[in-house]
Amino acid sequence: MALASAVAALLNPMASQAGNEVVIGDIDDMAGLYADVIGAGGIEAAKMAIADFGGTVLGKKIVFISADHQNKPDIGSSKFREWADKNELNMLLGGSNTGVSIAMAKVAAEKKVPFMAIGAAGASLTNQDCTPYTVHYAYDTTSLANGTASVITQNGGKSWYFLTADYAFGTQLQDAATKVLTANGGKSIGSVRVPLSASDFSSFLLQAKGSGAQVLGLSNAGTDFTNSLKAANEFGITKTMKPAALLAFISDIHSLGLQTAQGLYLTTGWYWDLNPETRAFGKRYFEKMKKEPTMNQAAYYSATLTYLNAVKAANTTDPDKVMEQLRKIKINDMFAKGGYIREDGVMVHDMYVMQVKTPAESKYPWDYYKVVKKMSGEEAFGPLSDSTCPLLKKK
Amino acid sequence: MVSRCVSPFFLRQHAMSDIFGIPTQVILGQLLLGLLNGSFYAMLSLGLAVIFGLLGVVNFAHGAFYMLGAYAAWFLWGRFGVNYWVALLLAPLVVGILGVGLERTFLKHLYKIDPLYGLLLTFGLSLIAEGVLRELFGSSGQSYPVPDLLKGALDVGFMILPIYRVWVIVASLSVCFLTWYLIECTRLGANLRAATENPKLVQAFGINVPRMVMLTYGAGVALAAFAGVLSAPIIQVSPLMGSSLVIVVFAVVVIGGMGSILGAILSGLSLGVIEGFTKVLYPEASNIVVFVIMAVVLCWRPSGFFGKD
Repeated sequence: MALASAVAALLNPMASQAGNEVVIGDIDDMAGLYADVIGAGGIEAAKMAIADFGGTVLGKKIVFISADHQNKPDIGSSKFREWADKNELNMLLGGSNTGVSIAMAKVAAEKKVPFMAIGAAGASLTNQDCTPYTVHYAYDTTSLANGTASVITQNGGKSWYFLTADYAFGTQLQDAATKVLTANGGKSIGSVRVPLSASDFSSFLLQAKGSGAQVLGLSNAGTDFTNSLKAANEFGITKTMKPAALLAFISDIHSLGLQTAQGLYLTTGWYWDLNPETRAFGKRYFEKMKKEPTMNQAAYYSATLTYLNAVKAANTTDPDKVMEQLRKIKINDMFAKGGYIREDGVMVHDMYVMQVKTPAESKYPWDYYKVVKKMSGEEAFGPLSDSTCPLLKKK
Repeated sequence: MVSRCVSPFFLRQHAMSDIFGIPTQVILGQLLLGLLNGSFYAMLSLGLAVIFGLLGVVNFAHGAFYMLGAYAAWFLWGRFGVNYWVALLLAPLVVGILGVGLERTFLKHLYKIDPLYGLLLTFGLSLIAEGVLRELFGSSGQSYPVPDLLKGALDVGFMILPIYRVWVIVASLSVCFLTWYLIECTRLGANLRAATENPKLVQAFGINVPRMVMLTYGAGVALAAFAGVLSAPIIQVSPLMGSSLVIVVFAVVVIGGMGSILGAILSGLSLGVIEGFTKVLYPEASNIVVFVIMAVVLCWRPSGFFGKD
């Protein structure tokens, strides 16, 4: 009996000490196609933030727990619910996958737990799926499209064909990009919806080429993105069509190599080599993980610190009071300058349109991007009046 | 699409015609791509069929061995500068030896009990292999270059055909034919088949059956690794590359008939083509079409097209 309770205490250390701790959770794809985008690196970044904050807040120890959602919405939402019930979870960092994050946002509203959505791109999280507890922290489909799609269309890429991941993320990204390119005088000629983690992209790419469009809009991410770009190169499609990465991470570029990725346009919320502060963070992270952080891993650090600062300023972990505090503060750290959290939950901050360097332009390891355009938060995320978040109407 | 080059004669005649509303060029392109993917399916399902047919083991680790073959090639190239052609021989050898070790330590204890145990064991092992490689090299994968000799592409009129892909078809079909010939038409193959029917009798004739079984497993695994090396320059070498493929390959084997070598090859190729056309007609269904066919075949012919009843 004593053994059983000792085992239970080991398995669930939070249960016995609830109330004396501030619990931060992280639910993400730890092993699948998005695992390098945040995954173990996100855990490390969040732990760095907790350590930098001093390990305690309001005299309570800060505890960090994490779980793998395996890209399945039901696993993500049930784990979140379990933590909220059993572990008195105070804040959740939501990792990759829009489908999972939409399911988890519903739990955030039900359980009243602040939810920092970081890896998910779908802008519906702050539109029809918004909640009073959701903060969309790093980027969304609107800001990604406002970056890459507008720059390419303005540079003459008027007709687009989309290769779209067949779930909420891919279709939302395609819709956002279509809206932007139509506004800039371009048009979408067609699209093909590709099942997640397809083993071969050449058939889909041949259809894209057959459309005669100028631009190949890659509305996918992770290994789906890298494999489709590889096949586009192999089949000579990049000679006649300009590839546009609607969501690419530095981990993707690193694994593809500059020879394949050079010239590609992409939009990012953060890059390690922007200024001395980002470089300092990159250096610290690199010492631990042996690679530069993605924008999401940097956002994990920033979001964790922002939350803890809000708890400290509000002098409570009460979710409503913390959310109120979060909406009041300006975020000034290595991730964002003058960032702020809007009523619908969008964290408005500068975004960057980048072009991947050629092997000759790259002077040192991880020297991959050159800044094409810096967008203000307002330009990137659009006006609040565009948001369809139902919470805005009540006021 | 064709305007940039002189199209072959037979295409010029039909260039304007459509079949079911799809331009002929698209059909030809997809047919070729379907055969390309089909040759991968054929080679992978061939190894599975050999292992199941001769050992009765449902080798769920097949996808992991495919992935290990690709990683072996990448590692040999990155660390020791071993070129593609050497890796094409060396990687299957290394992975094959690993397979033999696995057979000796784990699998041989399971032959006498329900095949389900072998399935669970190999499934568990493949999860471990994926986890270890993800821990070592990350999930976004590694790039492996196309060998210099096979760089570039041919303009065949209806599409740009990378030379490397032509090599993949040639190499995999040759390997498929060789394996089929070895098992169906040689003395060694006859011994193997006899050993699966009646191991005790074959043993009595002075043939070392356990050693033969061990080497057969090693050879089946080496086939998977060979396919892995072939695919390394095409897709990112990632820990998940096998698991997304192995389920489809299992369906291919079931459709062809468990244990049938010819069935595995033919159904691999034809399902590659069917999947290719699904990618044009109804792309959202392209990842399930093979399973729909499997379900229909199982209802109609439970032992598959070439399986023994």
